[in-house]
Amino acid sequence: MTTAVHTIELLRFNTCGSVDDGKSTLIGRLLYDSKSLMEDQIEALERSADLTGGGQINLANLTDGLRAEREQGITIDVAYRYFATPRRKFIVADTPGHVQYTRNMVTGASTANLSVVLVDARQGVIEQSRRHTCIASLLRIPHLVIAVNKMDLADWSEARFLEIRAEFETFLPRLDIKDVKFIPMSALNGDNVVEPSRHTPWFPGPTLLGHLESVHIGSDWNLAAFRLPVQWVNRPHQPRDPRLHDFRGFSGQIAGGIVRVGQRVMVLPGGWKSTVRQIWTLDGPLDEAFCPQSVTLVLDDDLDVSRGDTIVGMESLPGLNSELQARICWMHPRPLVRGRKFLLKHGTQTVPAVVSSIENRIHVATYEPEPEPADLVMNDIGEIRLKTGRPLVFDGYATNRMTGAFILVEPGINATVAAGMLHPPLEPVRPEYNDFAI
Amino acid sequence: MSSYHLDHLQYLETEAIHVLREVAAEFERPVLLFSGGKDSICLLRLAEKAFRPSELPMPFLNVETGHEFPELIEFRDRRARELGARLLVRSVEDAFASGIATPTPGQVSRNQLQIPVLLAAIEEFHFDCCIGGARRDEEKARAKERFFSFRDAFGQWDPKNQRPEIWNLYNARLNPGENMRVFPLSNWTEMDVWEYIRRERLEVPSIYFSHTRECFRRGGQWLPLPPPHTDANRPDPYAGARPRPNETVKTLVVRVRTIADMVSTGMMESPASSVEDIIAEVAAARVTERGSRADDRASEAAMEDRKKAGYF
Repeated sequence: MTTAVHTIELLRFNTCGSVDDGKSTLIGRLLYDSKSLMEDQIEALERSADLTGGGQINLANLTDGLRAEREQGITIDVAYRYFATPRRKFIVADTPGHVQYTRNMVTGASTANLSVVLVDARQGVIEQSRRHTCIASLLRIPHLVIAVNKMDLADWSEARFLEIRAEFETFLPRLDIKDVKFIPMSALNGDNVVEPSRHTPWFPGPTLLGHLESVHIGSDWNLAAFRLPVQWVNRPHQPRDPRLHDFRGFSGQIAGGIVRVGQRVMVLPGGWKSTVRQIWTLDGPLDEAFCPQSVTLVLDDDLDVSRGDTIVGMESLPGLNSELQARICWMHPRPLVRGRKFLLKHGTQTVPAVVSSIENRIHVATYEPEPEPADLVMNDIGEIRLKTGRPLVFDGYATNRMTGAFILVEPGINATVAAGMLHPPLEPVRPEYNDFAI
Repeated sequence: MSSYHLDHLQYLETEAIHVLREVAAEFERPVLLFSGGKDSICLLRLAEKAFRPSELPMPFLNVETGHEFPELIEFRDRRARELGARLLVRSVEDAFASGIATPTPGQVSRNQLQIPVLLAAIEEFHFDCCIGGARRDEEKARAKERFFSFRDAFGQWDPKNQRPEIWNLYNARLNPGENMRVFPLSNWTEMDVWEYIRRERLEVPSIYFSHTRECFRRGGQWLPLPPPHTDANRPDPYAGARPRPNETVKTLVVRVRTIADMVSTGMMESPASSVEDIIAEVAAARVTERGSRADDRASEAAMEDRKKAGYF
């Protein structure tokens, strides 16, 4: 580890909104105005502008990189962009607004610290705005920006801005979003994106980039309860170094909390207890490690631990169950019906699972649940009950985005058909019973 | 600021290690594509971080065009030896002989021809996963790429039908004959790579640093002068890549920013002689890294087309 005086933080965000709300233009504008574009990229834009755009540079062409996207003028798939200012580095997922590709919005948003939902000032809040806000909330994205775009086409009206804001505020309290910021802008002309706009004297700021640079993200990781899903068992078979003959390390990315040398830990689902002897890294042993570091733990006792097991701290124990309840976003053209069997990947474990019931479908327009629907179709969000072939060691998604998430994979075609967020366990695992069971 | 905090390089590192360990755990026969370039150098260090003190659980593969810089080949072979890894090499030259690939009339660059050679190597060794050092910031078709990029039995990439990739839960499942390309450096930028090389004190081949070289001007680029053709019994592998009478040769102080083969790597005039110098140069650069790759200039969708055909 270096001891840099000045460390640069990374902020991941995604942009979403309906088709033609100007997402790609906004990202193009952010890159252009923050001087993150290179001369050859600008030249390429100008070249294609001469060919197709009647001489006007189309900033959206920066992110719409596929032939089919340029043909249709829409974003089909998530594009990732990278830029930096002296204060932060940014990873932007430009996620599609087209209804057919909502699954890609979930893809882009699942790793984000912040979501930018674009709203066309003329259109106001439409179903896609509600859908994307709802998905941001379900995914527990900590920060939300509502970018009221195309304000130039709404005469820079403060009244219009406040009207849209008021409309959002009627349903935001029903969602799980703590931090929401409203910014009026014109992505096309660059107002309030990087530079403050002279058209909005009534808006105190900040600009979008100003907000992205300063929003507090330090506490977005879960540091409360230690969780290490074991990814790979590090067992040198032909070590050149005889001291490694007995080396058995459990490698993985810490999904929650902090671990220290000498700490008591438990391996689930087995329930065996041990003590952390060493936190091994290539750069030398650590005294402690924390989420989301990738490490290798060596334990005091020789336990039978393999991929799919979870090493946890003794406090705030997770749930352990094969009957689960979860919210899912269905992503496949073939609808989900009760009784379908899947492979469920959770942490480092893949288990067979069956959908035992579909409890409801959540209407993204009203946030009201429709009880017991016959099926969930593509882009639906609903609650289901699952039974898994082996019990999962899990937390509620609201507590931990890593140990509370799963995907469903359809066997045979191997498509990823759903993203799932687990409800919290009804009761934590009780280690004394597990001890007895060995 | 809390002490439980990762800076952006540490974050990119932990993400890449997680991806590499998923590969080791989920695939039967993975292989790491190692060219000796700066991105794959970072990839090797990350693999060490992911798997030491064990041996690296996959061999290395390099597909040669036959137009390689000798400095790069020397570096590649030595690093593989030092790391105790098995290095497999397949070449476009050999593929001509065995009929896997056919020289394209009028085409000097063999970039396209690496595709059938890579696909043949995947079949020959039954690789189910190829780990590559590609980054999304390189090119806009790359920007659409997943960490786990599914390829069908013909090696094809279908950008309209990619698997959703959610959280850090990668769907690695394949049917027989299918293949996964995995890119642990997806979220890295050119600057990140050089900063990581500095932080980890990684060795890089000498051609990244300023040196004297004979070059000639073509297509707005300074291209390196190929080595002389000595074997009269074989056709000149650099035919078409030698200066024409109207193209004058100059001795310049140059370095490379990105390395393809000798016929498509634009040399840049630069005095940068250390990693520090390079970082300062990248920070001040006004053109992208790929701006010096002749193979990407073919058309606006050159990379997309190559990826659809099975290129990594």
